[in-house]
Amino acid sequence: MVDYQLTEEQTMIRDLCRQITDEKIRPVAAQYDQSGEFPWEVMKVIAESDLFGLYIDEQYGGLGGGIFDLCLATEEFSRGCGGIAVSYAACALAAYPIILFGSEEQRKKYLPPLAKGEKLSAFGLTEPAAGSDASAIQTTAKKKGDDYILNGTKHFITNGGEAEIYTIVAMTDKTKGPRGASMFVVEKGTPGFTFGKKEDKMGIRASATRELIFTDCRIPKENLIGREGMGFILTMKTFDTSRPGIGAQAVGIAQGALDEAVKYAKERKQFGKSLSSFQGLQFMLADMATQVEAARALIYAVAREIDSGKKDVAKNSAMAKLFASDVAMKVSTDAVQILGGYGYMREYPVEKFMRDAKITQIYEGTNQIQRNIIALGLIKEMAKQA
Amino acid sequence: MNIIVCIKQVPETTHVQIDPQTNTLMREGVKSIINPFDMYAIEEGVRLKEKFGGKTTVLTMGPPQAEAALREAISLGCDDGILLSDRTFAGSDTLATGYTLAMAIKEIKDFDVILCGKQASDGDTAQVGPGISAHLDIPQVTYVKKIEEIKDKIITVERMTEEGYDVVQTSLPCLLTVVKEINEPRLPSLKGMMRAKKTQIITWKATDIEMENDRLGLTGSPTQVIKVFTPPPRPKGQIFETTPQDAANQLVSLLKDQI
Repeated sequence: MVDYQLTEEQTMIRDLCRQITDEKIRPVAAQYDQSGEFPWEVMKVIAESDLFGLYIDEQYGGLGGGIFDLCLATEEFSRGCGGIAVSYAACALAAYPIILFGSEEQRKKYLPPLAKGEKLSAFGLTEPAAGSDASAIQTTAKKKGDDYILNGTKHFITNGGEAEIYTIVAMTDKTKGPRGASMFVVEKGTPGFTFGKKEDKMGIRASATRELIFTDCRIPKENLIGREGMGFILTMKTFDTSRPGIGAQAVGIAQGALDEAVKYAKERKQFGKSLSSFQGLQFMLADMATQVEAARALIYAVAREIDSGKKDVAKNSAMAKLFASDVAMKVSTDAVQILGGYGYMREYPVEKFMRDAKITQIYEGTNQIQRNIIALGLIKEMAKQA
Repeated sequence: MNIIVCIKQVPETTHVQIDPQTNTLMREGVKSIINPFDMYAIEEGVRLKEKFGGKTTVLTMGPPQAEAALREAISLGCDDGILLSDRTFAGSDTLATGYTLAMAIKEIKDFDVILCGKQASDGDTAQVGPGISAHLDIPQVTYVKKIEEIKDKIITVERMTEEGYDVVQTSLPCLLTVVKEINEPRLPSLKGMMRAKKTQIITWKATDIEMENDRLGLTGSPTQVIKVFTPPPRPKGQIFETTPQDAANQLVSLLKDQI
């Protein structure tokens, strides 16, 4: 691996996460993949190791780091299990709107239990009719006195049902289109807030993906994040910050698949020689390793850029997610190819890496949406220069 | 409640190499870790502190690099670490080690429970823990698999035996050696690792502790290692490939011949 000049603290984070992955995640990855149960045991270990607080300010009980630290942790966990890693990383997606745009009261109330990992969080945007077109959301939040009344259904929500704290995007004024959306904090247990169908997924099966149903769910007006009508802007800014995290998940999955492929190529003998001695496979492994390293370098660079406080990171953040997730799909597919028939079998871990990799091209904005963002960024930059 | 956990830094390998010339462990190029059994003692020490309050001090004797083992113990929740490091301690056998640790513990003064792993993975003697308690003249319970209760300076523990376990009660202060059944050690926490990095490790030399110099190091070690060798593998058993009845008869006559 390239030396990325990690600080002593970052090295500590990476090593600790690697230890957790080796000792607590890898041994149970196949079991959770099969059962689809939520990995509470592992979440507890991650919480006790203080890792839920990596990106939360010290004054709220966190460690005061940023997206780079989150990426290091997510990447390491993903080497063991992409499903467990996303259960961890999805908490950041839901916490970031509060970190970035929450009021002081909201931060004081919600961030400390998240930093300690006492509570998990989930981000609720997607609806049955609103995927890539997030502006099509139907869930409404009507102001009534000092409260908002939520009605509607969110689906495909990571950590749905398991999380305690939800950041939800709902329409406060449908007539205004995207400018009529607002963001709220909703706590599990609020009357009128229930859970629907739990999805049976192709990959990341350890993670929970579930419907959130709001039926006249009444929340106090203090739960509004930012101002009314800011919902989409805050969502996009949150994604710009969080996307490298998905990229890091993709890099971890790719690295995990590559490691298995190299190990197998050294051990497996055909035609009287180990697979690793065949140039055709050497070239495949070389390409895979190069792609993984390039993806990692891009993720780290963009994560560092975000942590440095740069304002407009949409394009770079989208590039990082796009590239890393395409690499994860390619590398994990090639890993299955290198393991041949064994690679296709559940007994070996690479087919799971391939199934887990696919989602990274889809969620937090499909890779087609990422290309839109990148192109838009390019055009904007060009216009500025003109 | 004040707890002292005694640990040892050992080479990380199940295939320890012995130097045939000196009959000592070859440590070059082998990573050092905390003796695996001591990890359970550390965890139990931290749990006692979390339950009853007080302080958990981790103590080791060894070369300067043993400081890393103390820092790891602190990252796992211990409060502070004391390293006994001095040339005169070198070459200590279990008697001298037990004596030195005991004298250092006397220097620490205020303690209720001393915890040790049941034995070290390199020497496998299981003597140092009991040795410490003898030198301090305090009760000891070995092979503890559970601390049931601590109340009014009385501790009740379960002590593992081959058939099951004994329930043993004794007064504090006391020394316990623990088996791996006692708990599941936690992983370090990030805040613990950061604290471990900052914590000042106290180093005591022979002159910092009140003790008799001729009981230290090689001078104080009556144990002499004459020879270290790998015992020959057990020869293969004899198989009677015949009917059960016939096999039984053959076995009985063979046994009779050997008596």
